[in-house]
Amino acid sequence: MPQRQDIALMAHLMRRAGFGEPRGSLDARVAQGYEAVVEELLHPEDRPAINDELMYRILPGYEGALAPPINQADWVFRMVNTQRPLEEKVALFWHQMFATSNAKVDNPPELTRQIAMFREHGLGKYRDLLVELAKSPAMIFWLDNHGNHDGAINENWGRELLELFSLGVGNYTEGDIQNAARAFTGWSIAPKIPRNPLGRFYWNFEYKPEDHDDDEKTFLGQTGNFNGEDIMGIIVDQPASPRFLARHLYRFFVADEPHVSEWNVTPPVDPDAIEILVDAYSESQGDIRSILRVLFNSEFFKNSQFARVKSPAELVVGTVRIAGNYEGFRPGFNNLALECGWQGQELLNPPSVDGWHTGQAWIDAGALMRRVNFAAGVLGDISLPGVRAMIDRVKSQGNLSPQALVAACLDALGPLEVSDTTLRELLTHALKGGELAWGTPEETSDSEDKVGKMLTLIAASRDYQFA
Amino acid sequence: MASTKKDPVLVILQLTGANDYLNTIVPYTNPLYWDNRPKVNIPEELVVPIDDELAFRSDMEPLKNLYDQDKLAIINGIGFENSPRSHFRAMDIWHTCEPDRIGTEGWVGKVIRDLDPSGENVLKGVNFGQGLPRAMTMRGVPVTSVNHLATYGVFSSVSGIKSAEERTQLLDSFARMYAPAIGTGPTMEYLGQTGLDALRGADIIKTAPQQYSSTVEYPTNAIATSLKDVAQVHLAGLGTQVFYTSHGPFDTHFNQGGSHTKLWQDISGAVDSFFADLREHDAGDNVVMMLFSEFGRRVRDNGTGTDHGAAGVAFVIGDQVKGGMYGAYPSLKPGDLTQGDLAPSYDFRGLYSTLVDRWLGLDAVPIVSGKFEQMAFV
Repeated sequence: MPQRQDIALMAHLMRRAGFGEPRGSLDARVAQGYEAVVEELLHPEDRPAINDELMYRILPGYEGALAPPINQADWVFRMVNTQRPLEEKVALFWHQMFATSNAKVDNPPELTRQIAMFREHGLGKYRDLLVELAKSPAMIFWLDNHGNHDGAINENWGRELLELFSLGVGNYTEGDIQNAARAFTGWSIAPKIPRNPLGRFYWNFEYKPEDHDDDEKTFLGQTGNFNGEDIMGIIVDQPASPRFLARHLYRFFVADEPHVSEWNVTPPVDPDAIEILVDAYSESQGDIRSILRVLFNSEFFKNSQFARVKSPAELVVGTVRIAGNYEGFRPGFNNLALECGWQGQELLNPPSVDGWHTGQAWIDAGALMRRVNFAAGVLGDISLPGVRAMIDRVKSQGNLSPQALVAACLDALGPLEVSDTTLRELLTHALKGGELAWGTPEETSDSEDKVGKMLTLIAASRDYQFA
Repeated sequence: MASTKKDPVLVILQLTGANDYLNTIVPYTNPLYWDNRPKVNIPEELVVPIDDELAFRSDMEPLKNLYDQDKLAIINGIGFENSPRSHFRAMDIWHTCEPDRIGTEGWVGKVIRDLDPSGENVLKGVNFGQGLPRAMTMRGVPVTSVNHLATYGVFSSVSGIKSAEERTQLLDSFARMYAPAIGTGPTMEYLGQTGLDALRGADIIKTAPQQYSSTVEYPTNAIATSLKDVAQVHLAGLGTQVFYTSHGPFDTHFNQGGSHTKLWQDISGAVDSFFADLREHDAGDNVVMMLFSEFGRRVRDNGTGTDHGAAGVAFVIGDQVKGGMYGAYPSLKPGDLTQGDLAPSYDFRGLYSTLVDRWLGLDAVPIVSGKFEQMAFV
């Protein structure tokens, strides 16, 4: 019988490195061993991928979906049903850090391709990922690099690359921005073909040598006839890069941090943790998989349970994953995608290039109402398979005192830790209902209803808002 | 809650998906209209003439009546330069007043901030619909978003709740779970406060249907339901000064005829009922409604529908509105079109600043990011 804290730690790992796991599968994970599970998560290629061909045969509208929310539904389907949880979570991480928005790109299939690129390269070398990012047609259009010409630079991409995607404010000059922009002249997309009358075409990355500035550039103290790849090589060797990336990783995987726009004036929550991640970057030459291995196995990660406010995607996907009501190919993922948007995180349409404001900023009265109603609505529905499994778990403990009911429900939903205030109120509520018994059909039905109400209340609690 | 002085109220009705200007205010005697619209037109027997050049479509009869009473202003040729044919980008620009960069602050959010700088009334701005439009999002400005007024509130979606008593019990528990607790950290404390705010906002807004009675029978469709919800909250005197709701989809690329007719029938009937309802309660004189769409549609039809265009039309309605035609109807001459579309002649930010400045009494410049030509409809 695994220890309670081992189960809680495994639940924590699966919430952070993925979108959570039902309580029923955690014992086997614990038996597998924590480090072995981390290793499995870090190697998604060893687990089966979503069968795209089958998926698009059953959900044909998703393939190359031209409009929200169907393109978002495609991704939510993968988040819910993937057997490679970290692959999807890392894609969401890069989407947050390299925020690209349909509000301007207006090309959902290209954004979907960008996310697929994050799946493919998101655990590799940081440098390679940055090069892929610079070639992403959605990114090129988003930051106007197709308008960045030899002799007439557009510095939008050069600026955001340094400010938001790699170094952070204070670690470069305006001259570095312009020289980076010059190095990326000619990195463009194949001509945009009008949408009508033939429908929409994919864009393709196109390097136009005749539009590339072939003169000498000075960038971050180095001089040469640099092209885009050279710029990425210089960036990833700057001391600021690992520090900047570490803080992003910490904010997404470990604990809430201020928004990136405040980093040049606000020190990290846990500077020691940042140092550990910076060392991992140096030792691995910027290998994301190696850095995440250090992160997930670190004490600061293990001690960070419930230290982050769930993003809407984490709340929505995490809730249906444990409720088991969106397993496999079935309709309805549009609704989940819309729900993420209604809670304040419209996937593939972040509010600006600096991504969503996270942590406490996810919460306002309207968003909280939606979060509570969504989670309570799903987890309070005792007909759903995952909720039935929770009821069976509770039932297997036999007749239960009110105290035992609260403990059993908190365990079945997580296990979750809750504050004293919440615990006291859950107990007050349970005491009104009295003992649970499972002798007669009437008792069983009454007890199931009580479990459902307890799950409803826990799902509505402040504590459930944390990952 | 009700204040003695009547504050000005703005109701925004967004026509999502790009409304076809040419088939809304129809240039029914212009031969170029008939040349360009061989298939997707409003036949002569189905127009209600305004003058010998322009007409409403007949589904808009109730709006024509408001026009005849000088209570409806038609804002012609509205849009902005280099109008993108993308719904998302164009709507974003309408929502943020930022045509040249990605804006993060909604103009309505700024209005609400300036109407209620201390954020005392969570109902100062109320959206009816799922989720918030970007126009209303501004960090630090609380707004309320109501899907259905009748069911709005915490636990509205829990199927297992069988009785009002059970619901009350759960809501009591919710309130106690979110009660202030010392030493739990700033995020937990913030969550507690926000949860109680949500509960209180819902409690207040729920009183609106209880107080409401009217002889006006609204049609049964989505926009009529939303406008009836707006009327109920307005009549309850909860201090709301900006209401937002939307209707659509107006994206009529295919088989435009029937769907466009239905959209305007529904909207016209709903708007008519809404103002009748306010009149019955003597509560219409401080309400102005604005209708807008992100852009108009292409001049030439595509056989069964119309594609994305540029200039569009907006409407402003209310007892305090000086009705009539504002701005010039754009030329349909081939040389005057931009990429086959009607060229915008009036910047939408001028419409906003007229409403913000002359109706709501706020400084429009910071809200719409600049000075734009105002019109005299209020």
